[in-house]
Amino acid sequence: MPEVFMRLRTPSARRVGNRLAALVVWTAAALVTGLFLWLLQDLALGGITRLSSTFLTAPPLDAGRGGGIGPIIVSTALILIVAGAASVPLGLGTAVLLAEFTRRESGFAGFVRLSLDILAGVPSIVFGLFGNAFFSIYLGLGFSILSGGLTLACMVLPILIRTAEEGLRSAPDDYRLAAAALGLSRSAALIYLLLPSAMPALIAGWMLGTGRAAAETAALIFTSGYVDRMPGSLFDSGRALSVHIYDLTMNVAGGDANARSSALVLVLLLLLINGSAMSLAKRWRNARILAA
Amino acid sequence: MIRSLNDGFKTFRRPGDPGARAYTLGPLQAGPPCCEPRPLIRVERLSLHYRDKPALEGVTLDVYRGCITALIGPSGCGKTSFLSVLNRLTDLIPGCRVAGCVRIGEIDLFDPGLDVQALRREVGMIFQKPAPFPLSIRRNVELALREHGLTRQSELDQVVEQVLTDVGLWEEVKDRLNSSALALSGGQQQRLCIARALALEPGILLMDEPCSALDPIASGVVEELIQNLSGRYTVIIVTHNLAQARRIANYAGFFWVKDRAGRLIEFGQSRQIFESPNHDLTAAYVSGERG
Repeated sequence: MPEVFMRLRTPSARRVGNRLAALVVWTAAALVTGLFLWLLQDLALGGITRLSSTFLTAPPLDAGRGGGIGPIIVSTALILIVAGAASVPLGLGTAVLLAEFTRRESGFAGFVRLSLDILAGVPSIVFGLFGNAFFSIYLGLGFSILSGGLTLACMVLPILIRTAEEGLRSAPDDYRLAAAALGLSRSAALIYLLLPSAMPALIAGWMLGTGRAAAETAALIFTSGYVDRMPGSLFDSGRALSVHIYDLTMNVAGGDANARSSALVLVLLLLLINGSAMSLAKRWRNARILAA
Repeated sequence: MIRSLNDGFKTFRRPGDPGARAYTLGPLQAGPPCCEPRPLIRVERLSLHYRDKPALEGVTLDVYRGCITALIGPSGCGKTSFLSVLNRLTDLIPGCRVAGCVRIGEIDLFDPGLDVQALRREVGMIFQKPAPFPLSIRRNVELALREHGLTRQSELDQVVEQVLTDVGLWEEVKDRLNSSALALSGGQQQRLCIARALALEPGILLMDEPCSALDPIASGVVEELIQNLSGRYTVIIVTHNLAQARRIANYAGFFWVKDRAGRLIEFGQSRQIFESPNHDLTAAYVSGERG
């Protein structure tokens, strides 16, 4: 072989190195996926036998050892709706202010960002105590779905705002300039161009927030409470799925089987939220393009 | 008040107006070689700083009504900054300070009470990189029209057809007005952006290297379109393509960086700038010896 081609051959030591690196990367990925699949199959094997339409709709019996989780699903949904209704407008407004109406390096925006980062790192039990002190006691909402939802809203706001802000900032500056050059107002540019192009990030932020809220236990114990009856209104106490799982495993002897089934429902619910949010984002984008 | 800079300059193309279709680009107003130049934009001692860094210093020139004025010069000599002053796009740049006097018709551009949105409607801008919005072709044209108060669908349809015809895009896209503008080729996107600007019936068009991101054929099509705009619109075009400037421009201005700020070295009829420049720098640049 001519010498020039010899030089193009990868030295064997480097080839071994490359293979090793590939191996490490693939093993890591396989481990992560494997862990998730193992968890899912464990939950499914333990929980699927009890999973039925009656389990999903019937009220719990005997402190949760028997019966179903109907009221608990309703309470969870209501808590998430309250959390979303409170956090999305607030979060979106703040993100728009930070991304579009303040400069990245301005002191005020920096202060807001710092507070958000600290809030994002606060343990959820602290949010629970705050929610209990502020919503339940100070505002007199008691142990209620409203208190729980609002506490969760405070908890997911930082995630929501930071992802939405990044999404808006990553919308191309070309749109801002072109819109301004056409005499469009900033709000029109925002509504028709920037928010739609940031939509995937907005949905991702909302999804992360809702996922975190749906999985939350500590913040809800002191705010929305333990009551496992069907809630009559937002001012009733309601037990969230995660609280139910926690209670069955820690406080109720013989509640393990139902805890597994409930956990399976929770995981499926999270998958459902993820999947629908993604398809929503996609459809929404297409609709914007095609709107005449 | 903005409307006044438009008087007698071009007929107001109102959809539904009989004869609106007679000329796709509106009637010719000024004579092609600009025999009697009437200044529309008067710039005096304009300077512009980005924070403490000067970008333009002491620029004085008149832009003539209905003519194509080309701005040439090496990168970073303030040509784009100059354009952005004329539609106050500089307002969007943090730390940008402008001084001097610019009048468009009777209007003082730096008047604090100026309706900037109306100004930008009157002074359209085309960017170097085609920037169609991620919307349908139709919505790209309609968006700004709706914002400026035109909402009747039949009128909108007419304007869309008219301006797309003006830029030679109608036949190519009339069957897919509702599909995404991002699926168009680069040259088509740039023509769509021009159509979008024309839809607002501007008197003045600012073009920032409109052909430099396009292949030679698409560039030729856009260049021809710009030539057709002369006499109907006042066009100021920044270009690095000297041959193009020579082909299409009635007037040319040569910018150069001197003492770390962009300055207008020479301004005059395009033929004079390219064939018998008064300044050594201009001569060196247009002959390709420097720059």
